[in-house]
Amino acid sequence: MARAATNRRKLVLTLLAWTVGIAMFFPILWTALTSFKTEAEAIASPPSFLAFHWTLENYAEVQARSDYFLHFMNSVVISLGSTLAGLLVAVPAAWSMAFVPGRRTRDVLMWMLSTKMLPPVGVLIPIYLLFRDSGLLDSRIGLIIVLTLINLPIIVWMLFTYFREIPGEILEAARMDGAGLREEILFVLLPMAVPGIASTLLLNVILAWNEAFWTLNLSASQSAPLTAFIASYSSPEGLFYAKLSAASTMAVAPILILGWFSQKQLVRGLTFGAVK
Amino acid sequence: MGEIVLNRITKSFGDVSVIPPLDLTIADGEFVVFVGPSGCGKSTLLRLIAGLEDSSSGAIRIDGKDATALPPAQRGLAMVFQSYALYPHMTVRNNIAFPLKMARMDKAAIDRKVEAAAKVLNLTSYLDRRPGQLSGGQRQRVAIGRAIVREPTAFLFDEPLSNLDAALRVNMRLEISELHASLGTTMIYVTHDQVEAMTMADKIVVLNAGRIEQVGSPIELYNRPCNRFVAGFIGSPRMNIIEGAETGGQAHAIGIRPEHLALSTDSGHWAGTVSVSEHLGSDTFVYVQVDGVGTLVARAGGEFPVRHGDRVWLTPQPDRLHRFDAEGKAL
Ligand SMILES: Nc1ncnc2c1ncn2[C@@H]1O[C@H](COP(=O)(O)OP(=O)(O)OP(=O)(O)O)[C@@H](O)[C@H]1O
Ligand SMILES: [Mg+2]
Repeated sequence: MARAATNRRKLVLTLLAWTVGIAMFFPILWTALTSFKTEAEAIASPPSFLAFHWTLENYAEVQARSDYFLHFMNSVVISLGSTLAGLLVAVPAAWSMAFVPGRRTRDVLMWMLSTKMLPPVGVLIPIYLLFRDSGLLDSRIGLIIVLTLINLPIIVWMLFTYFREIPGEILEAARMDGAGLREEILFVLLPMAVPGIASTLLLNVILAWNEAFWTLNLSASQSAPLTAFIASYSSPEGLFYAKLSAASTMAVAPILILGWFSQKQLVRGLTFGAVK
Repeated sequence: MGEIVLNRITKSFGDVSVIPPLDLTIADGEFVVFVGPSGCGKSTLLRLIAGLEDSSSGAIRIDGKDATALPPAQRGLAMVFQSYALYPHMTVRNNIAFPLKMARMDKAAIDRKVEAAAKVLNLTSYLDRRPGQLSGGQRQRVAIGRAIVREPTAFLFDEPLSNLDAALRVNMRLEISELHASLGTTMIYVTHDQVEAMTMADKIVVLNAGRIEQVGSPIELYNRPCNRFVAGFIGSPRMNIIEGAETGGQAHAIGIRPEHLALSTDSGHWAGTVSVSEHLGSDTFVYVQVDGVGTLVARAGGEFPVRHGDRVWLTPQPDRLHRFDAEGKAL
């Protein structure tokens, strides 16, 4: 009796999970499929799912019209750069919050999170002006700085949760053994937090790769990452769905592959502490 | 050398004062044990000496130099924690070598010292394992190895054996005592184990609510406790305390240790009924309900054949009586 009930529960949950999974993945699949259609087939109604004339012409066209490699490299530099810069600031910050908390540590953490609730447009004009006056518009450095600041609260929070799980006595032992602050963090804390740091790094590369608001608004041609590369196909002389899809697929593919290969790490890192 | 002097040291956490002004001198080469009830500030005092906590006021001198403001790394002390606090991501070899690497010692010298320490501590065959693959006793030995390789000015131990089982504790206790004898380095050892305190210490410091109640050799503390707190804390089972008419009017309370109460089945000073008798083979502890006095514990050497409900007589050795005034001070 009880077994039948749990089996039914399992079945319902499995179906639900698959439905949600497919619903979430379908747009990406559809975009990928569309990228192999001709423009005419792309807007045909009713659309055909697989029985269309498969072609690579969109990819050739996109490649000829814009410099995919430049944008790809920009995306790589910006997402890796901002993640590394973020870690550099966040590791000491999370260290102090986890191991020498003060009376206001909780408040600081909440305040940092609250900055993520502010609509970014609210500060677009001031930041745009600052960037213009300091010559940071359309530069990789500028985008790295902005994305570092945008994602810093998340990096600090994630590292803070991982660090809190590490017994403080081990760090104290390092101090007794003659380690200075730098050695304590480098040789003891970081190696023990490797799983947490790896998933923080991955998540932030993904977040930075996908970030569109600031990268679109603060870059033009030189520093534009793949988000701008996609956007350039959604305007202005009418929509070309197939080419837009091809560009999107090219932009999304690298991060999708990265995510696929690191999913174990990501899931492990994100549920760290919750399950133990 | 390893002399440690605490001068009017205090510690408060926020508004809570844990250590009121405290003075203590630990001589070079001494084995000092801090004992006291849970929460009395033993660990806090040890961490103040280590530099892991900042003192609220007062001064600490280590080896003749003012160390009050020095970070732990620069005090030249080694600490062994109750939780071992080994580096889980390093092999035993690297755990022991860590303080030497921090001291920027050259590779060959590090290897030599690690091998030597491993040999002393019977860890040679485990050098390439991780702490997670060791038993509790082996882990504690690694922690000790990590402490001895750097030849510190003094060792600090915070209840290092309390996570080990009884048999292993006895072994490790002996090993630490031997280590002290062979190194001759100052050691400060926190415990709440009576036997550890009595057997290992050159000097016992009895703490109560952050204050020092008495400092002295184990035998001094046993023979001449300066107040009722120390009298009750040193010795096992506890000293019997008798108040009221039986004190004879010269003192507020008298105390007599169980081993100084003679037991007899036919005559004696106090008559009573056995409530519990514990037969250990080597000793017998008898809990006696004495008429008009209360429960007294007496120890008889060897086997003393009494059971619940038997009538017995107790006689205190007069020269072993302790007398206390109304404040609990010894007279
Ligand atoms: N970080 C801290 N913040 C606030 N109070 C603390 C802190 N550390 C210790 N205390 C308090 O200081 C007092 C002494 O603590 P300590 O750990 O030194 O006791 P202890 O003698 O080592 O006890 P035990 O035998 O249980 O280990 C306790 O009342 C404790 O609550
Ligand atoms: Mg303690």
